[in-house]
Amino acid sequence: MTNHWIDIKNADSILIIGSNAAEHHPVSFKWVLRAKDAGATVMHVDPKFSRTSARSDFHVPIRSGTDIAFMGGMINYVLENGRYYKDYVVDYTNASYIVSEGFEFNDGLFSGYDPKSRTYDQSSWKFDLDSKGVPKKDPSLKHPRCVFNLLKKHFSRYNIENVSSVTGVSKDNLQKVYSTFSSTGTPDKAGTIMYALGWTQHTVGVQNIRSAAILQLLLGNIGVAGGGINALRGEPNVQGSTDHTLLYHIIPGYMAMPRADWQTYDAYNKANTPVSTDPHSANWWQHKPKYFTSLLKGWYGENATAKNGYCYGLLPKIEKGADHSYMFLFDRMYNNEITGGFIIGLNPMNSVPNSNKVRKALDNLDWLVTQELHHSETTDNWHRPGVDPKKVKTEVFLLPSAHRVEKEGTVTNSGRWLGWHDKAIEPEADARSFGAAFVPMMNEVRALYKEEGGKLPEAITLLNWPKTYNPEYWTRLINGQFTKDTVVKGTKYKKGQQVPSFTALSDDGSTMSLNWLYTGSYTEEGGNKAKRRNPQQTKMQANIGLYPNWAWCWPVNRRILYNRASVNADGMPLNPKKAVIKWDGKKWVGDVPDGGWKPLSSGKGKHPFIMSKHGHGQIFGPGRKDGPIPEHYEPVETPIDSHPFSKQLSSPVYKFVDSSMDKLAKPADPNFPIVLTTYSLTEHWCGGGETRNVPNLLEAEPQLYVEMSPELAEEKGIANGDGVIVESIRGKVEAIAMVTVRMRPLKVKGKTVHLVGMPFCFGWTTPGTGDSTNRLTPSVGDPNTTIPEYKASCVNIRKADKLTEIEM
Amino acid sequence: MSYTRRGFLKLTGAGVACLSLSQLGFDLTEARAYATSLKTKGAKEVITICPFCSVSCHIIAHVRDGKLISTEGDPDFPINEGALCAKGAALLSMSRNEHRIKKPLYRAPYSEKWEEKDWDWVLSKIARRVKDTRDKELIEKNDKGQTVNRLDSMFLLGTSHASNEECALIHQAMRGLGVVHMDHQARI
Ligand code: SF4
Repeated sequence: MTNHWIDIKNADSILIIGSNAAEHHPVSFKWVLRAKDAGATVMHVDPKFSRTSARSDFHVPIRSGTDIAFMGGMINYVLENGRYYKDYVVDYTNASYIVSEGFEFNDGLFSGYDPKSRTYDQSSWKFDLDSKGVPKKDPSLKHPRCVFNLLKKHFSRYNIENVSSVTGVSKDNLQKVYSTFSSTGTPDKAGTIMYALGWTQHTVGVQNIRSAAILQLLLGNIGVAGGGINALRGEPNVQGSTDHTLLYHIIPGYMAMPRADWQTYDAYNKANTPVSTDPHSANWWQHKPKYFTSLLKGWYGENATAKNGYCYGLLPKIEKGADHSYMFLFDRMYNNEITGGFIIGLNPMNSVPNSNKVRKALDNLDWLVTQELHHSETTDNWHRPGVDPKKVKTEVFLLPSAHRVEKEGTVTNSGRWLGWHDKAIEPEADARSFGAAFVPMMNEVRALYKEEGGKLPEAITLLNWPKTYNPEYWTRLINGQFTKDTVVKGTKYKKGQQVPSFTALSDDGSTMSLNWLYTGSYTEEGGNKAKRRNPQQTKMQANIGLYPNWAWCWPVNRRILYNRASVNADGMPLNPKKAVIKWDGKKWVGDVPDGGWKPLSSGKGKHPFIMSKHGHGQIFGPGRKDGPIPEHYEPVETPIDSHPFSKQLSSPVYKFVDSSMDKLAKPADPNFPIVLTTYSLTEHWCGGGETRNVPNLLEAEPQLYVEMSPELAEEKGIANGDGVIVESIRGKVEAIAMVTVRMRPLKVKGKTVHLVGMPFCFGWTTPGTGDSTNRLTPSVGDPNTTIPEYKASCVNIRKADKLTEIEM
Repeated sequence: MSYTRRGFLKLTGAGVACLSLSQLGFDLTEARAYATSLKTKGAKEVITICPFCSVSCHIIAHVRDGKLISTEGDPDFPINEGALCAKGAALLSMSRNEHRIKKPLYRAPYSEKWEEKDWDWVLSKIARRVKDTRDKELIEKNDKGQTVNRLDSMFLLGTSHASNEECALIHQAMRGLGVVHMDHQARI
C-alpha cells in the first residue's frame, strides 16, 4: 500500500476493484465504512456480487479479465472531459516529458516487438534528453509527442461504446463510476483504489496496476491522505516475506538478483545504480551500493572485505531473462530436472495452477522437506487418491511447525507497519519455528563442509551464521549494525551498535544491514520500535490517523509514501483539511516527508517521486516488459475471438510452459464457453491447508461449490444444491451448484457470456470436502511477475451422475 | 507491558490527541479488573498477531500455567480496535488442535507409511541430502565460462507464514547454498 489501513477513512471516493475486501480483509472494511459514514462514495467493480458489494453504494458486474478496458475507459473520460488535476499533472508527473521519435504503438503492439522471442526490445521507449541529460519537457502539454498527448491518443479508442462491449459493463454503470471517481481530480478531494489478487492474477496483472497508477497521477491522488494505490496483500506476512524476499528475482530490499553478466561486485553496482543529472531529482536508488554492500556484510560478516568484493563472487548468479518462479520450477520438475527441495508453510499441490500436472511433477523428486502445522495435499502427495505409494520414490520429511502464538518475531502488514508478536506459549509437543529448524539444519550442513570439504565450501562456511536461533538477534541484524567505531552527525557509535537510519549505511564495509528499508526500526536510541504501543500524536497527525508512535513503518516511519506530492512548491498542503505534511518555515511537520529537503520553491527542494530516476510520477513507464502504457488484451483463455481495440487478441508477451499436460482452450472455444474465476473465503486461507483443520471454520464453509447465475443453471438443467462437474481442457472438478443472482450473465460484443466462480481452498486430505479447483486453471503468467492467470479461464459445466470427491 | 483500553480512553474525551491512560495518570487496576472475566483471571496477557491476512489484527492471548486459555482482539491496536474476523477469532482452536503434527515424520522412498523420528535424526539426514545434492549438481560455470555458482536442481518454496526474521535467515541460507528456484505466496 502507498498509504495504510486507517488512511482509507480519509477518502472521498473508494474504488474497490479486483478485491472482495469485506470478505477477505474483513477488518480493513471498517475503515471503508468509516469513510462512507463521513460521506464517501464506495464502488465495487467485480464479476460477483459479494458482501463488499452489499455495503457499497453500487456494485458494477464486469467480465473477469477486462479491467484495463474498464480503467482505460476511465482514463479516456478524465482526459476528454478535463477532469484531471492540471497543476499536479504538470509539476509532479512525467506528462510533460517528450517521448523520442522511435517510440510507436500500432494495432496493439509497441515498437520493438520480436515475434520470435515474444519479447520487446525496449530501447525505443525513452525520452528526449537535453544537453545535460535531463528529459525535455513541455509544461504547456501541447507538444504532440509529450506523454500527455500520447496518452490521450492511446486511450481515445477506449470510448464508452468499445469499453461496454468488451467488459460487459452497462454504459450507465460506466458513466456512474467514471464521473464519481474522477470528481476527486481536485485538490480538496481524494480517491483511493483498493485491489487484491483479482488484479494481479492475470496475464496483464502488472498493467492493471499501471492503469491505476496513471489514473491516480492524473487525478492528483498519490501522496495525499485518502488517496493512493492500495494493494490489499493477502497472506499473514506477505509484505514482510516480499521485503525479505523469499523470491528468486530479487534480494532483500528490492535489489536485483546477481546475474551471470555481472561477474563482479563493481559490475553489479554499475548495472544497477541509476544516474540522474537533474539537481532536483533525489534519484534515491543512487544509494544502492551502500545498501547492497551492507547486505553482503550482513551475509558474510568479517569475511566480506573490499578486497574480495564483499564475497559477491560466492553468490549464485542467474542468467539474464531466466525465470525460476513456481511455474517454471514445476515444469522442470515434471521434466525430471529437479532433485530435491523445501516446501514450508505452503500448499502448492492445491494452490498452483494445473494441479494434476504439479502433483505428478512432485513424484519426480528424490527428496522433499516440508514443515507444516497439519498434513496437507503437499506433504501427503505421495499417497494421493489414485496413486500407488509403492511406486513413488520421493523421500519425504515432515517437520512439525510452531504456530504464531508459539513464537516471537516481527511481521509487516499491508500498510508497511512492523508489528512485534510475543511468544505466548511453548510450541506444542516437538513443534519448532522455521527459524529453529533452519538455523541448526544449516549448522549441520556447515559442519559437513568443514569436515569433508566439497564443492565451493566457502560459500557456506564463510556465512555469518549463529549457533542457535534467537529471533531478536535477527531483528537487530535486519536493522543493521556498525562493523567498526563510527561517528554519525556528531554521535559516536561503537562497533556492534545499531545503525540509526539508512542514511548512515555505507559502501565502505563499515556497516551491515539485512534490509536497508528496515534500518531505523531497531536503534540504540529507540530500541525495538516494532514493540511501540504509544497512541500519542499531534493534532495534525491525529486528524488523518497517522499514529507515528505506534509500532514503526518502513521506510523511516513514513506512513504515506510520496507525501511531498501532497504539498505545493512552498510546502503548503494542497488540501489543508487533510494535510499530510507541511513546511512551517523551518521544518516539516506531520508525517515523515519523502526526504527532508526544503520545499521546491526554495530552489533546494527535490521532485516528489524520489524513487524514480527523474523524480516524477511515471505516467509513461518504460520499465515494464509489456509496454510503457497499458493496453487491453484478452485473457489467454477467452470466450471471444476478437475485440475492438486492436488485432492483438491476447498479450503478445505473456509467459507459458508447454508440456503435454499444459493444454490451452482456443479463443471462443465452443467446448469451454464459460468464464471461470476463483477466489478465497472469509473462513479459509489460501489452499485451505490450515483452516480446514479447524472444526468451526470447516463447519462454516464445509465443501467446494460453484456459484452460477439462475440463467446458466436453467440452460444447463442444474438446480441449486446439485452435484456438478466443472471441466476445463486440463481437468475436471466436482462441486456443489450454488445458483444465485450474485452471478450475472453479461452481454459481451452482443452475445451472452456466463461466468462462474469457485473457491480453491478444499482438498482431498479433508475427506468429503472436494479437491483442488486449480486442476482447472492454466499455467500462463504475467510477463513481468509470472503470476498465473487464476482469475480468468474457460470451462464448461454439467450435472454430475455421481460424486466421489464430495459427500452430499 | 501495560495495556490501555480504548473504550475507557474515549470516555476520557481524549480521543483526538490520544494519550494513553497510564500517561494521563489513571489507575487502571479497577477498570481492568471489571473488564476481565473470571475466565481469564490471573492470566498473563501476551500480544500476538493474527496469522492470516495482512491487516495483521492484534490479539491478546491470555496464558495461565503455560497454557493458552483465551484470545481476544486487542482493543488498543488502532487498526482493528478489538475486532476480528472468523479466522482471527478461531485462533484459540487453531493452536490447540488435534490435527497438529506433533513429531518429525519421515516417509522412506516407496514406503506406505509415516514414521516418527526425532529432530536430530531428521536434521542430520536432511543436511546429508542437501550436501550430496549440492556437491553433485552445483553449476560453478555456465556455457560462456562465467562463474554462476548455481544449484538449479534444488529449490525452496514458502512462506508468508514466516516472520521477517525467518525470511531473512532462510533467504541468506538459500543463497549461500546457491539456490535460485525460490518462491512463495507473493507470486500466487
Ligand atoms: S482477524 Fe481477519 S481481518 Fe484481522 S488479520 Fe486476521 S484474517 Fe485479517
